[in-house]
Amino acid sequence: MAIYLTEESRVLVQGMTGAEGMKHTRRMLAAGTNIVGGVNPRKAGRAVDIDDRAVPVFRSVVDGMQSTGADVTVVFVPPAFTKAAVIEAADAGIGLTVVITEGVPVHDTVAFTTHAAARGTRVIGPNCPGLITPGQANAGIIPADITKPGRIGLVSKSGTLTYQLMYELRDIGFSTCVGIGGDPVVGTSHIDCLAAFEEDPDTELVVLIGEIGGDAEERAAAHIREHVTKPVVGYIAGFTAPEGKTMGHAGAIVSGSSGTAQAKKAALEAAGVRVGATPTETARLALALLAEGARRR
Amino acid sequence: MDLYEHQARELFAEHGIPVPRAEVTDSPEEARRIARRLGGRAVVKAQVKTGGRGKAGGVRIVADPAAAELTARQILGMDIKGHTVGTVMLAQPVDVETEFYVSYVLDRAAGRFLAIASAEGGMEIEEVAATRPAAVARIPVDPAEGVTSARAGEIAAAAGLPAQATDVLVRLWQVMIREDALLVEVNPLVRTRQGEILALDGKVTLDDNASFRQSRWGAESAGHGDPLEAAAAAKGLNYVKLDGEVGIIGNGAGLVMSTLDVVAGCGARPANFLDIGGGASAEIMADGLSVILSDPAVKSVFVNVFGGITACDAVAEGIVRALDTVRLTKPLVVRLDGNNATRGRAILDTHRHPLVQQATTMDGAARRAAELATAV
Repeated sequence: MAIYLTEESRVLVQGMTGAEGMKHTRRMLAAGTNIVGGVNPRKAGRAVDIDDRAVPVFRSVVDGMQSTGADVTVVFVPPAFTKAAVIEAADAGIGLTVVITEGVPVHDTVAFTTHAAARGTRVIGPNCPGLITPGQANAGIIPADITKPGRIGLVSKSGTLTYQLMYELRDIGFSTCVGIGGDPVVGTSHIDCLAAFEEDPDTELVVLIGEIGGDAEERAAAHIREHVTKPVVGYIAGFTAPEGKTMGHAGAIVSGSSGTAQAKKAALEAAGVRVGATPTETARLALALLAEGARRR
Repeated sequence: MDLYEHQARELFAEHGIPVPRAEVTDSPEEARRIARRLGGRAVVKAQVKTGGRGKAGGVRIVADPAAAELTARQILGMDIKGHTVGTVMLAQPVDVETEFYVSYVLDRAAGRFLAIASAEGGMEIEEVAATRPAAVARIPVDPAEGVTSARAGEIAAAAGLPAQATDVLVRLWQVMIREDALLVEVNPLVRTRQGEILALDGKVTLDDNASFRQSRWGAESAGHGDPLEAAAAAKGLNYVKLDGEVGIIGNGAGLVMSTLDVVAGCGARPANFLDIGGGASAEIMADGLSVILSDPAVKSVFVNVFGGITACDAVAEGIVRALDTVRLTKPLVVRLDGNNATRGRAILDTHRHPLVQQATTMDGAARRAAELATAV
């Protein structure tokens, strides 16, 4: 089962013919992903050879969807063109758009996430490593060979911390790992993923990784308290990080939270989440909770 | 990136928002001449990117040009919450009747921009928001529609602002859109006794991600006060100076932040934040090491790399080649984990630099680096 991405997913790559796009399309294919084509109006009609596979290039997302039945697209286009790429994908009616691109202006992200939400397209990212359902499919840049399929779900703002936890818990393995991205505005939240993992029969425990800034973790904590029955283990980075940019009075008025790591940890713990002091301790907490669950059964 | 008040004022003026007459200078003598041009009396305001200027004595009213010079001399060079005052703005005093508050800000939770307005402006707006939330109107802005006159009228009405403020609200939204701002705040927006509406003080935060299409403020406002940060920025490194003794190099912002925390948990203080990203080439490693080693407070360096996309053997090669060009003067603790970690560790073992030691876990490496930094 997993969430959002399975072996059934048919994946397009917008920006496949660029250097990053090619490199990661090769990796996604190697991880077993069903990559059905790339999108580039200037190279439409051609096929790109990747490790002896001819991957067709389509003029548009609509063309790609009509020809292949694609239901996922991964966006590697540069920041200046990201908004247009996501809006094109949403207008084509694709189900999931994974935006890897880093450095997208926030005004653009606000515009395309709102646009996509109104059309029923889920956006993951921007500035994220994407998501992986180990053993089935990989949409993005998460290394596929550091873990295996299993029963832990993972949702994280940070890429490398995701990899770290995937690796630490590789003996148990993961249902799906979602890197939601660290930008101030992202299409899919911790809460969205928690809700999906709660429904997913393949997921027994969720690892939630957060970091300073915003109040997404505090909101996730409130959601966990009300709606999540599966065990959740948390990790928050940034206890000693330098104080970030001030947002005037308006920032504090909006969120009502300081956004500190301490506040996030406290909120999660108040919701019954075990929060590790280091990534390694977090992995140990997850292992202990899984063992406890097994004993109870 | 935050703008200085005088830059925000300039932006407001360009977009047709009424602002008081004002000029900026870094010279007390020039301050005297500016005051004369403004008609004698002036408000001298320290230009720093932090709040609480008034309480710190960085904002003062002067009666004549001679007093302007004297006051500017006192304020220039002053330290306000760690910010050194480099320039002052002299503004024409305004006869204030009423103070309002208006801003547009990113609402991260909703993924939208939000208009915030109140008829009770001034310094205590956060307190007003906390104690009497009804006095502060918060209205989401539809990104497709923006702030039309009709919408601005609704915001003004909801907050109890005079109808004259409607035009300012529309123009402030233009500042948001055209300048790729994340925050535009006017506090206070005032009505003078003469019935004029004026933006008396403003704060603008621009989106660094939009710098490819917004080039005007670049170097002037980026302001790397710290020489090490300036050196790192010149090399394209994502480096932030901190007040500790363990130098930190890692890949990925989340992992580096986590590394700072784990080192702090071991009883030492991190000396910096340095994210070398996914590549970890010899050149980046050498640049990073040279910046960190030039910090006299650094007693040990912790390189914490998780090999995900980049394999650890490539990172180890990068470290070895970096050590050919950078003279290592402090102990270096390396933790390599993830892809090809065994091969990476073997490369460092073979190289056998007397100051380089390895640890297999992040927690163990942090402990070692902390011990090395705190041992006398």
